[in-house]
Amino acid sequence: MRIVAEHLSYTYNADSPFATKALDDISLTIEEGEFFGIIGHTGSGKSTFVQHLNGLLRLPSSLKRGKKKDPAVLTVGEFDLTSRKTNFRALRRQVGMVFQYPENQLFAETVFEDVAFGYKNFAEKKPEADEVARAVREALEEVGLDYGEVKGMSPFDLSGGQKRRVAIAGVIVTKPEILVLDEPAAGLDPLGKREVMELLHRLREHWCKTVVVVSHDMDEIAENCTHVAVFAEGKVKKVLPPAELFPHAEELLSLGLDIPLTAKLVLALRKRGMEIDCDYTVEDFVKKVLAQKGEKC
Amino acid sequence: MAKALEYRDVSFSYGEESAFRMEHLNFSVEEGEFVAVLGHNGSGKSTLARLANGLLVPDGGEVAVFGTTVTQKNLFDIRRQVGIVFQNPDSQAVASIVEDDVAFGAENVGLPREEIGERIEFALRAVGMEEYRTATVSRLSGGQKQRVAIAGVLALRPKIMILDESTAMLDPRGRREIVEVVKELNKREGITVLLITHFMEEALLCSRAVVMNRGEIVMQDTPEGIFRRGEELVTYNLALPRIGEICNRLRAGGMEVPYTLGVDALAEEIAKCVS
Repeated sequence: MRIVAEHLSYTYNADSPFATKALDDISLTIEEGEFFGIIGHTGSGKSTFVQHLNGLLRLPSSLKRGKKKDPAVLTVGEFDLTSRKTNFRALRRQVGMVFQYPENQLFAETVFEDVAFGYKNFAEKKPEADEVARAVREALEEVGLDYGEVKGMSPFDLSGGQKRRVAIAGVIVTKPEILVLDEPAAGLDPLGKREVMELLHRLREHWCKTVVVVSHDMDEIAENCTHVAVFAEGKVKKVLPPAELFPHAEELLSLGLDIPLTAKLVLALRKRGMEIDCDYTVEDFVKKVLAQKGEKC
Repeated sequence: MAKALEYRDVSFSYGEESAFRMEHLNFSVEEGEFVAVLGHNGSGKSTLARLANGLLVPDGGEVAVFGTTVTQKNLFDIRRQVGIVFQNPDSQAVASIVEDDVAFGAENVGLPREEIGERIEFALRAVGMEEYRTATVSRLSGGQKQRVAIAGVLALRPKIMILDESTAMLDPRGRREIVEVVKELNKREGITVLLITHFMEEALLCSRAVVMNRGEIVMQDTPEGIFRRGEELVTYNLALPRIGEICNRLRAGGMEVPYTLGVDALAEEIAKCVS
């Protein structure tokens, strides 16, 4: 499923003195199969945008405000989100949304019940017990947990990293085609971060088709994404692959954004008269640096 | 000469129900050393700290501080020698004003008034907080609060200082403040330091690093030596910071850059190798 947004605007508290324009006529396409990164400062509109993707924020308010000659468009695969007839329940089964610190949303007495909730909630009719069990098992194993070991445990007895996996399992259990995650690795130690990113890659390969990640962690973005959209002041400033985005490091810094470690090193080396032309992944950076290695070391 | 801190064949568990076991652990720290203890949650590093001053008592074996075995009877003396700074900056303050908080330990052991005054001054200067002597503790930043906590321990003039994840709840800047203060105390005052952390980068300032896993010491080396074995660390649920990984890969490719965790410092080293 392809995501297409055109002339999308959104204002919070419209028609009130507190009206805040969060999205200002943005257009953006996310192709099926992408590992799409969204970056931007707090208040840049990135969360507002992703909340449109499964209809948490509805379009009508934005529609009314769109200019007549440039009507707002928002489609996710076959779903036309500008239509009032859209089956949002079906949409939400296809667009899984993992919020920030998803482990805070665990609620059930057992891991099994927690993961099963999403499956039952989205089922067309009440599913058979063994069907639920099969889906829960698959989802838990997919996120790297031992089904037999964790299914009867309280989610609150798990470690932080495990809790996050359970929360992700609870979203992917409906086999969504698109998985949207807000800061999936925030608050984890370096190893936990690495594991979550590896998990997302695995999911994109054979579970979901498209992964959309909102992140402040530029290293993750540089390392993983196929395209990156830069949000600022309710607009999309750029949509580029990381290799073409991070040469604009100074511009990103001026938008108050961080840049990946590799980009910082590239800038620091440039100051010392050394040009490294890399795609900003650690692997490529190291390769290009080594290619310039002299005899001395 | 006796070791500053010595664990001889120490066994410990938190009771039948706990999965954690420490069995026959042997480990020692020389006077004046600055040792980092690394490990994931539940690896036993805090247990190690709490055994050092009798907050926990071993089930078997013994712990000795400068040659004296820690027993119920000498706890008072041992704790004057071994000070621990804990994790949470908000739960260690006992008074609302900085100087009262720093004085608490020293008052508690019954030092004369004038001496307490001198020690407060010394301790606050040592952690760079002398200007905050009459400030309100609750208004300080996390890093400042932890520095006050360190000062409170310092006022007792301990010979050994243990930081039990004292930087875990701080932001990167606060963390740097603390580690630098402690490094300075180790260098200038000769205080033996055990720095317990799961931030690998903090280990680089130490003279020796040990890695714990499931109650055991599984690696013991110079910090550089530990960093070099980056992949082995993963099996103990630890990972290098990304810049350490870049150092490792450059070294694997034959560029012998030293482990440097600053961007500019690493760029400098790379530039040296290239020109």
